[in-house]
Amino acid sequence: MAEVSSISVAFVGSGGAGVLTTGGMLLEAACSTGWSGLLTRSVGPQIRGGEAAALVRLAARTVECHSDRFDLLLAVDWNNAHRFDAEIPLGSESLVISDPQGGPVPRFVAAAGARIVDVPMKDMTKMNPEWRPNMIALGAAAKLLRFPEDALQRLIEKRFSAKGAAVVSTNLAAARAGAAAVEKLDFPLRLPAPRAGAAKRWLITGNEATGLGAVRGGVRFAAAYPITPASEILEWLAPNLPKVGGVLLQAEDELASINMVIGGSYGGVPALTATSGPGLSLMIEAIGLATAAEVPIVVIDVMRGGPSTGIPTKSEQADLNIAVYGLHGDAPHVVVAPQSVADCLFTTQWATYLAEALQVPALVLSDQFLGQAQTAIERPADVAFVGRRLRAEHISTPYKRYALGGTDVSPMAIPGTPGGQYTADGLTHTERGTPTSTVADHRAQLDKRRDKLDRFVYGDHWATLEGEGELAVLTFGSLTGAAREAISIAGASGHAVRLIAPRLLAPTRPQEMAAALAGVKRLLVVEQTHSAQFHAYLRAHYDLPRDTRVLNRAGPLPILAGDICRALLAKEAA
Amino acid sequence: MNAEVRVARKASDYKSDITPIWCPGCGDYHVLLSLTKALAELGLPQEQTALISGIGCSSRIPAYTSCYGFHGVHGRALAVAAGLKVARPDLTVLVASGDGDGYSIGGNHFLHACRRNVDMTYIVMDNHIYGMTKGQPSPTTEPDFDTALSPGGTGLRPFNPLAIALASGANFVARAFSGNVSETTSIIVDAIRHPGFSFVEVLSPCVTFRPDQKVWKSMVRAAPVAVTSDPARAARRLMSDDGFNLGVLYRGDRRPYKPGMGGQSCDLTELEKEFEL
Repeated sequence: MAEVSSISVAFVGSGGAGVLTTGGMLLEAACSTGWSGLLTRSVGPQIRGGEAAALVRLAARTVECHSDRFDLLLAVDWNNAHRFDAEIPLGSESLVISDPQGGPVPRFVAAAGARIVDVPMKDMTKMNPEWRPNMIALGAAAKLLRFPEDALQRLIEKRFSAKGAAVVSTNLAAARAGAAAVEKLDFPLRLPAPRAGAAKRWLITGNEATGLGAVRGGVRFAAAYPITPASEILEWLAPNLPKVGGVLLQAEDELASINMVIGGSYGGVPALTATSGPGLSLMIEAIGLATAAEVPIVVIDVMRGGPSTGIPTKSEQADLNIAVYGLHGDAPHVVVAPQSVADCLFTTQWATYLAEALQVPALVLSDQFLGQAQTAIERPADVAFVGRRLRAEHISTPYKRYALGGTDVSPMAIPGTPGGQYTADGLTHTERGTPTSTVADHRAQLDKRRDKLDRFVYGDHWATLEGEGELAVLTFGSLTGAAREAISIAGASGHAVRLIAPRLLAPTRPQEMAAALAGVKRLLVVEQTHSAQFHAYLRAHYDLPRDTRVLNRAGPLPILAGDICRALLAKEAA
Repeated sequence: MNAEVRVARKASDYKSDITPIWCPGCGDYHVLLSLTKALAELGLPQEQTALISGIGCSSRIPAYTSCYGFHGVHGRALAVAAGLKVARPDLTVLVASGDGDGYSIGGNHFLHACRRNVDMTYIVMDNHIYGMTKGQPSPTTEPDFDTALSPGGTGLRPFNPLAIALASGANFVARAFSGNVSETTSIIVDAIRHPGFSFVEVLSPCVTFRPDQKVWKSMVRAAPVAVTSDPARAARRLMSDDGFNLGVLYRGDRRPYKPGMGGQSCDLTELEKEFEL
């Protein structure tokens, strides 16, 4: 019996078999007990009948990435499970629970040399037709992981009590049968004792945290067009915005949603939309309009595999280029990237604050991994970043919406303000907003829009900077957690490594980055793109050490702490 | 429309000091005149009125008024306007467009704006041509009209904007002719007053690329039948008329889209409760 810092569990099964529910329930039961954990999902494109995997890592402390190996795999069935061969790494120590009726065990499972134990879940449901195999698997997993007796029971009661006592007792019976089926089995890993008094924590997904961050930042208008994997942000906002006096409007397409958001914000209401790569591509023209007309908006891009329709259900970081460089003309705007599920809340709130303060579009580069990951977090303190727009009020002289020579950000008249009437324009305009095509007017407004972003004080939030040493990992977004864990592993073997993770990707911060890199002799750039977009971006804007290496890999395969650690400590560049 | 404040105002009060860049003789001058006369007749405060547009000759109009204006990208004016009106239901929102901006690149938004029925007024200046890009065929151009981009004509059947508006759920459908200023003014007044999405197609000749449209003033006529609230009857009329019947042709009674803006307001910590373990 070995106590380990984390245990990784995967549930696989056909789409619709309920393995994602099972994973969520295992996580919730563990977290209510006092453990922490991370749940991510990997599914095929089908709604029903495809393949699905719930990947759960349980630990005593917060975890922000998956480990290099799954200790326990429970397969409700093996339908197309071979497609997860790269995503569910197993070892000879791994335990696999397999239903003999669930189809042949995939080659990658057998090849790993894992111990395979049959549990006839389907046969058990034949005798009890109300039972579902996924609940049997859940009971088995909870038993193997030594959950307290009542943890699962309380959760099942909570989840199913609305459906009546019969449903509760059926699911309890199925879970208990699963537990009984593995009672004699030896599973040698054990988590440290759960933290006592771990109440006041939240169980939240990145997409939910994004929605809440937006509301905390002051967003009261959203326009929505559904897209995987961003829809949950919009579906969280739809019922919640009205509770705080706001509204969500469903659009006919992303061209409409982004323009609705611009309209709402022009009316004075902080506004947001959320999408993924294909939707962002459609929105780009209007984001340029918001830049030129100086209308604050927040656009969340929950990145997925691209280009084109790509892999809608799986993660990648390859929208970096379009987010930073996708607008035509010289169109300075804000791009930020959250670094964890909890940070989706902060970064979206900060983005709302920046958009409003700077009267500019702010893009938030989340991704499928963060957006659909669920984890337990401490309740985030409200950091008081609330969007406050510089408004023109009490206007006496002829109003200049795009005034030069005053404050970097010119006061914006909101419709309803007497004397503030102006026409917001995407055409190059004068200070008053009147269309113009003169050299001087064009340059003056380009300078204005650049300078207001460059001169703003972004503070320490521009990046996460941790540790000391001549070695450093430079990454962004959802890979920050894996990089942090890799640095911790390297630290345990005596290597001091810095973490540099910019949250603010645009505008760039050359001075701050130079300070962060001072003294670094060897740098490892880590990113989940095929073409090393982040490295190219860094080279374009920052001076990197001579010995800079790049660990880049296309999604959807996650880059794990072990991958980063190996690349970091390799003697020679690969 | 909201907050109809009765203050004596003149049409000129609604004009800005910017000189329009339209060609001499353009029908859009008269649309601007009719629009400002309508706003004066309604006595709408300039700061409570917003005029939203896309791209094209017609879409220059917001800057020529003294209201709040938004001159956005090509084809998306209706979306900007819907966002504005839903976020700010207290404003009177008008949208200006043309046949290219509104029916071609903005066609999908046209359908859904009719269906959504947000309380606003959509004025499309239709001249059957792309003027600003110098004479390409639009969705309402006749099939045999010869242009550089469509030698010998497009061979395509023109779009029927009024029938499409009706079928998509518009609550008010009218056709006007820019040259008939007092009638156009009265139609715009009616359209603004009518709750929900009001659509006014204004035949507005392009003297530069469609000099043949000079005959429009002798072709237009008051619709020979009274306005109807029966969509089936309106559809039959719209499908059989020759495009020159003027007046309010359909007036529906669908309830306008009622968003929840400004509703109940709870403490943000209420929203957080669902996440508590």
